[in-house]
Amino acid sequence: MKINPDKCVACGNCTYVCTMGAIYIDPVIKRATVDNDECVECYACFNGMSQEHLNPTLVRMMRRLFQMMRLRFDPEPDVCPTAAFEPEELAWPRVVRRAFSDPRVPHESTGVEGRGTEEVKTNDVSGRVQRGEAGLTIEFGRPGVGVRFHEIQRMTRALAQAGVAFEKKNPVTTLMSDVAAGEIRQDILNEKVLSAIVEIKVPIARMEEIIALVHEIEGQIDTVVAIGVGARCDEDGEEHEVFAVLERMGYKLERAKTNVGLGRVSNVIQPAQ
Amino acid sequence: MTNTLHRYGNAESFRDDYIVFAIPGRGRNDQGCVPKLKRFLAMAVPFKPVNLGDSRHGGALRPSRHMNPIAHWRRNLAPDFQAVIDGVDAATTVAAVFDNREAAQNFLKAVKDADLGLSINVSTSIEGAKQCCGGAAQPRHSVGYSLGFEGKTEKLPDTQVLTLATMCGHGMVSASLAKKMIDWVKEGRRTPEQAAMYMAHFCSCGAYNPSRAKRLLEESRHNTK
Repeated sequence: MKINPDKCVACGNCTYVCTMGAIYIDPVIKRATVDNDECVECYACFNGMSQEHLNPTLVRMMRRLFQMMRLRFDPEPDVCPTAAFEPEELAWPRVVRRAFSDPRVPHESTGVEGRGTEEVKTNDVSGRVQRGEAGLTIEFGRPGVGVRFHEIQRMTRALAQAGVAFEKKNPVTTLMSDVAAGEIRQDILNEKVLSAIVEIKVPIARMEEIIALVHEIEGQIDTVVAIGVGARCDEDGEEHEVFAVLERMGYKLERAKTNVGLGRVSNVIQPAQ
Repeated sequence: MTNTLHRYGNAESFRDDYIVFAIPGRGRNDQGCVPKLKRFLAMAVPFKPVNLGDSRHGGALRPSRHMNPIAHWRRNLAPDFQAVIDGVDAATTVAAVFDNREAAQNFLKAVKDADLGLSINVSTSIEGAKQCCGGAAQPRHSVGYSLGFEGKTEKLPDTQVLTLATMCGHGMVSASLAKKMIDWVKEGRRTPEQAAMYMAHFCSCGAYNPSRAKRLLEESRHNTK
């Protein structure tokens, strides 16, 4: 993302809305500036702020006048007064940042927006997680911390060594150069993203062991991790098995996403010619 | 998209946070799903949602590309549900957000009766979702539990900020903006309703709950560290 210095009036609104805190007012040029290494190309500044199209010279003059008189003015906090944000054409590997950070961009690998995963949300039609299994989503960088792929790789390597299989329809898996070893492509390892999800599936009998492994690696990486555990309910809509294991491990479970089970496969498969 | 799973708070704090969303499975039931997604959203409106959204175009509270400067003095706080319904043009996830269980439960029942054939999910407290499903006489198929945040949690902001910011699970509501809004409400510079609207503008899928945000901001006036 680029901020046009000819338009920017250094109002500072964007410094608050940046999800990574990567925008600052440069004291030399007196314009909002993006720290490109920290920017994850989430487009929150461009997509989230309302845009006015005021004359930059006029706005700067008024700001200077108010400043001289030590007057506090009270502009709307979600507005860029001069529409100064200008998205740039992103090349590989930087384009990976946007794919994982701007939720409006569907992941090419899965066709899904957001973080590109379906998890148990479509389990009623995908059958991804069966009874006796636990589907784990291990999300790195969330909330609001961000993560580089070399940190994710520490986890994927450890999980691969533990013999865990990665979900194939997952954006991180598609960026692995060696899935069996949990190796991620070299050329993206230093790219920073807002968050990314590694998806695995394990028998419930191994769940405790794998979550303990995730804990161990968490201590070695410089970001936050959010774990989700998906499970299939029984005929009565009850789920006791995974819940019991997690409670035994000390988790106080508060929130869940519940697939109600109203989906059905309806696509028509065309026979091959 | 785990964007509604990891909202920060205890079960009681989700009493006014119910998200019902529809998602087509890629390669399974996404053919011809756009009219069904539109119908899902249109069906939600009579149940008085506090937000609607689709993952490609955003929610019912959207920023303006050409804001008139006069709007500073009279910002429109009303959600535009019809814009969300009209905007759905491809297979995507659509969501309806409610601030009470009765509305979510009744909507779920209506969706069940409509038999759209899409995967329908409810995101709230575990017990709240169970009650919704029970009320709609629909046994749960699968459940995804949130284990909360781990790792370098010292990098996270305080709990008031975290509660407001994590209502956009995609991370589009920054901790700095949430903190600023808490401060502005405390200072009396903006009302909780206005501050909630600003934050909702940044949520790109419409799952942000401005009603819960308003309550949290009202409470934050009296919260201390």
